[in-house]
Amino acid sequence: MTPRAVLRDAEVRRGARDMLAFGPALVAWAMVSGVAMTQALGPGLALLMSLTVFAGSAQLTALPLLASGAPMWVVWASAACVNLRFVIFSATWRVHIGHLPRTRRVALGYFLADLNLVVFQKAWRSAVREAGQVPYLVGGAATSWTIWQAGTCAGIFFSSMVPTTWGLGFAGTLSMLGIAYSLLDSRVAWLGAALSALAAVAAYALPLKLNILVAIAAAVGLGLLMQGGRRAARAA
Amino acid sequence: MNGWTYAVPAILGLAVVTFVTRNVFLWSEREPRIPEGLKRALQVAPLAAIVAVLAPEIVMTHGHVVDTWRDARLFGAVAGSAWYVLRPGMLGPLLAGMAVYLPLHLGLGW
Repeated sequence: MTPRAVLRDAEVRRGARDMLAFGPALVAWAMVSGVAMTQALGPGLALLMSLTVFAGSAQLTALPLLASGAPMWVVWASAACVNLRFVIFSATWRVHIGHLPRTRRVALGYFLADLNLVVFQKAWRSAVREAGQVPYLVGGAATSWTIWQAGTCAGIFFSSMVPTTWGLGFAGTLSMLGIAYSLLDSRVAWLGAALSALAAVAAYALPLKLNILVAIAAAVGLGLLMQGGRRAARAA
Repeated sequence: MNGWTYAVPAILGLAVVTFVTRNVFLWSEREPRIPEGLKRALQVAPLAAIVAVLAPEIVMTHGHVVDTWRDARLFGAVAGSAWYVLRPGMLGPLLAGMAVYLPLHLGLGW
């Protein structure tokens, strides 16, 4: 399709419109990320991170680790844990875009984050492949990417004029707090989070920021044990 | 900050992490089967990773747990949490937390 035909496509436009409804929240969230990244890394690296990483929660999680010079594999492993939900999402996306050639489906896959799934599942309730879904997704992804990057740039610009001593980076910490609360949806989650927090603080003296990985391992281990126990109880 | 020679590859690696995690089940030509263990780990792993980074950011200074209550971060976190309890969301707790944090931090130097 020519660019003009893409812009005229009804499904592309509908995807873009549905995403625009979330514009204000997306902009605010992107601005906070821009501010937090700039406080930790400076404007240049913040821009690079925004344009390439494009995963808000993982970016916020990586910031304190990057700022303290943690080994790269610790940074990557932590981000991968935060991004684990995308692995599950990718199985859902496969239903709808799995018929595309690999290059195109992984290119589109890169742009599909949490909000894209929320918006898509509201618009297409059947959970089967239907005509129009791919252009709908393209329209939505182009829109969410543009809004996100615009918000991030605004945050970077604003943040680079404020001295780091003001402590605006704390906005990133508070955002992570909000994300964490939104994930506390079960007893396993509560206990896992409590254990992770305690372990991360108690093991803080470990070199190479390994306290982060120790904390994640402890919490996941506890989660698997508890879920395994529940399953055994049900089977009995 | 440890300079661009550290940060640039670290950030590009994070981009690869995004690409890979979003495409795990889109890459293969065969139909995916989600391992049961992955589903169960998902219950806790993302939350655990976020909290593991978050907790020291709030309660520690220079490698030690804060030993004074006069720390603006503690009050900011409590304010953000209280707001979340009353009105769950992303932006409310953030603004409430900053509204408490900034005056204490800038005004009183906590």
